[in-house]
Amino acid sequence: MLHTLNSLFIAAVLAGTPLLLGALGEILTEKSGNLNLGVEGMMFMGAITGLAGSYYYEQAVGTPNGVVSAFIALVVSFLAGSIGALIYSFLTITLRANQNVTGLTLTIFGTGFGNFLGEYIGQKTGGYVAVGEKTKEAFSSVHIPFLSDIPVVGKLLFQYNWMVYFAIALAIVMTWFLKKSRVGLNLRAVGEDPATADAAGINIRRYKYFATLIGGGICGIGGMYMSMVTTSGVWVHNCVSGYGWLAVALVIFATWSPARGILVAIVFGGLTIMRMYINIKGIPAQIYDMLPYVATIIVLVMTSMRQSKEHAQPKSCGTNYFREER
Amino acid sequence: MKEQVDYAIKMRDIKKTFGKVVANNHVNLELKKGEILALLGENGSGKTTLMNMLSGIYFPDHGEIYVHGQSVKILSPRDAFQVGIGMVHQHFKLVDVFTAAENIALGLDGKVTVNRKEVNQSVRELATKYGFDIDPTKKVYQMAVSEKQTVEILKVLYRGADVLILDEPTAVLTPQETEKLFAVLKNMKKAGKSIIIITHKLHEVLSISDRVAILRKGEYIGAVNTKETNQDQLTEMMVGHPISLEIERPKVKRGPERISVVDLTCKNQDGIKVLNNVSFSAYGGEILGVAGIAGSGQKELCETIAGLYPAIGGAVLYKDKNNKDNIKEEILGLNPDEISRKGISMAFVPEDRLGMGLIANMDMTDNIMLRSYKKRKGIFVDRKKPKELAKKIISELEIATPGADTPVGRLSGGNVQKVLLGREIASAPSVLIVAYPVRGLDINSSYRIYDLLNEQKKKGVAVIFIGEDLDVLMEVSDRVMVMCGGKISGIVDPKEVTKEDIGLMMIHVDGQEEDRHE
Repeated sequence: MLHTLNSLFIAAVLAGTPLLLGALGEILTEKSGNLNLGVEGMMFMGAITGLAGSYYYEQAVGTPNGVVSAFIALVVSFLAGSIGALIYSFLTITLRANQNVTGLTLTIFGTGFGNFLGEYIGQKTGGYVAVGEKTKEAFSSVHIPFLSDIPVVGKLLFQYNWMVYFAIALAIVMTWFLKKSRVGLNLRAVGEDPATADAAGINIRRYKYFATLIGGGICGIGGMYMSMVTTSGVWVHNCVSGYGWLAVALVIFATWSPARGILVAIVFGGLTIMRMYINIKGIPAQIYDMLPYVATIIVLVMTSMRQSKEHAQPKSCGTNYFREER
Repeated sequence: MKEQVDYAIKMRDIKKTFGKVVANNHVNLELKKGEILALLGENGSGKTTLMNMLSGIYFPDHGEIYVHGQSVKILSPRDAFQVGIGMVHQHFKLVDVFTAAENIALGLDGKVTVNRKEVNQSVRELATKYGFDIDPTKKVYQMAVSEKQTVEILKVLYRGADVLILDEPTAVLTPQETEKLFAVLKNMKKAGKSIIIITHKLHEVLSISDRVAILRKGEYIGAVNTKETNQDQLTEMMVGHPISLEIERPKVKRGPERISVVDLTCKNQDGIKVLNNVSFSAYGGEILGVAGIAGSGQKELCETIAGLYPAIGGAVLYKDKNNKDNIKEEILGLNPDEISRKGISMAFVPEDRLGMGLIANMDMTDNIMLRSYKKRKGIFVDRKKPKELAKKIISELEIATPGADTPVGRLSGGNVQKVLLGREIASAPSVLIVAYPVRGLDINSSYRIYDLLNEQKKKGVAVIFIGEDLDVLMEVSDRVMVMCGGKISGIVDPKEVTKEDIGLMMIHVDGQEEDRHE
């Protein structure tokens, strides 16, 4: 029993990490007042480009280095996510297009982009595309001397792949950034009340662009996790499959707090893989698969009933700002 | 070129247009160092637009701005701070979920992190220096209106502004709070700050300012020394022709009780009682004024009576003029449709004219039909009668519109209000509730609205008038009901009390200080 719970926890952390990354990206984006529903699309873009980046690096050099390969995947997926976010930003910030429509379109675009490129590279390389052993190794569990060897705790906390620690560190840095830093304070003001921030001399456009682009990049890294860790470096058609949407729901569940995001990401991660660990006779697997989505609906109902000023979506989220509007 | 007087600000030949609308045309304005200048003009005369060009919100299409003799280009609010200009906007520019200090420190340059303690301390010092009372760690959404204004002013001072622009600062204050603000402004003047105060209240102009500059329809009319002028001259300059400022209060014999509200209690979403045991009656042939600080429950009161806001206790009893049996009907808990189907003729002119009252994209005929289309059976609507009514309202109320087919959203504020009021009056109500009917209107339109309300009163209608300008309320009402924190602190005869008495009632109930934002 305890063993099962331990395994479930470990699996939950592994499954929750891409959700956490997606949610962190979206939190940063929404803090600037942009509701980018294109998370799924940007994750797809990050997923394929990250994988392709590592793959082509391996092809280009004879003896690839795992760390370099992982770094390339990180940078390329970040850039791909940012490019997705750049399309979104240009349309909504500069051209003031409707945010919801633009975000949904970005999801459709990104999904097609990822699947098309994945199939295309796969076809060219004889059926499917996969990264080599060195890269796979770089994305497998780390072994930290001493810490990883502590009984139970070592297994539970200190033997994940590097991206898990990267995501948690990012969440902590973001919490500090939003709470303590000057730029963070300004960014929150932009998301809450752009007219006020504008009158205070803050460059609204610049903040919105930067937050949305970096947020999109983080979403892209979350997508790269799907293709490099979840599917072990093999391109699987539709590999992101709804994780982007769960990440958007997670933002609400985490009440726009990156630190709380760590916790709820593990819960959501657990729900998505529960069927493999807890098996109750008579309940079909499909019911288990529904769990994260049911949880999302319950969360949405709960958050809309609870009216809190401070743990709520940034007030201007979803509307574009135009200074000379009368 | 050496000048005798040191001008803090000079604006030369300023022009600003929005699309085809000319908001400012050939405007010249001078602000001497260390003076308080009142910028006077009717609503829509371009005062705020002109000041927004000083604070960097807008950029002039044409013209030049000099600060202390230097020609400057103010492209953004940041530029404005750099030349020492700070503006306190009418609609406060504060982030609700931030503390006072965070709002004040917003957008400033400095270290990577914001040292909250340090900011709190310097805000406290600044507040003491000018005589403000403020808690820097309080969140803005928990503040009363006057506190928010204090934060706004401190924000400007914190940035080192030596020219302050205040846009209608007294509109949201009680007479006592206004006094306090004026005392602070005089302190600032002593400290060498130059101040522009935008207002359309003449007695305030006369009591606080050194000079008055007047705008009319976007044009600069002139400036006069406050000591050498009077209300009549200022009004004439503002409106363009002499105008009587007297509001008549026709004597009408008080009629029967039309509506009585008993122990009405409502809670808002946060569980706070926005109405707390409210009881009063309104009679035919009188205007019952309702005074109070914004957010004291006026909106909820109107909406509850109109069937738009849920109550948790009490009763609203209605006695319609068509009801010959003298039976009072309970209408609390009914929605507007059920109320009108009972044959009750109540009319409600809400505060948000184009949000709750009219549909901006529809024309007058359609808007008039909203109130009557249900009476006709069958699947087709009758456009003819509403159109005739629309034309009648246009000619009777002198509404400036291309025709009944023009979307009401394209009309000016005053004309929109006339359409709304005209429609409601046309339903021959026995109770007429109007919320802030002259907000945003120019003087002529305002007086026309007062006349219309008086006409209704003469017809025996019970008029409930929720207002913000105490002077007007006291002149036009037969009785004034004062609200404070969701309670009624008293119903008084305006001929027997002073403005200060009512001001005190706005912040106290039964002599006890009311915590307005518990």
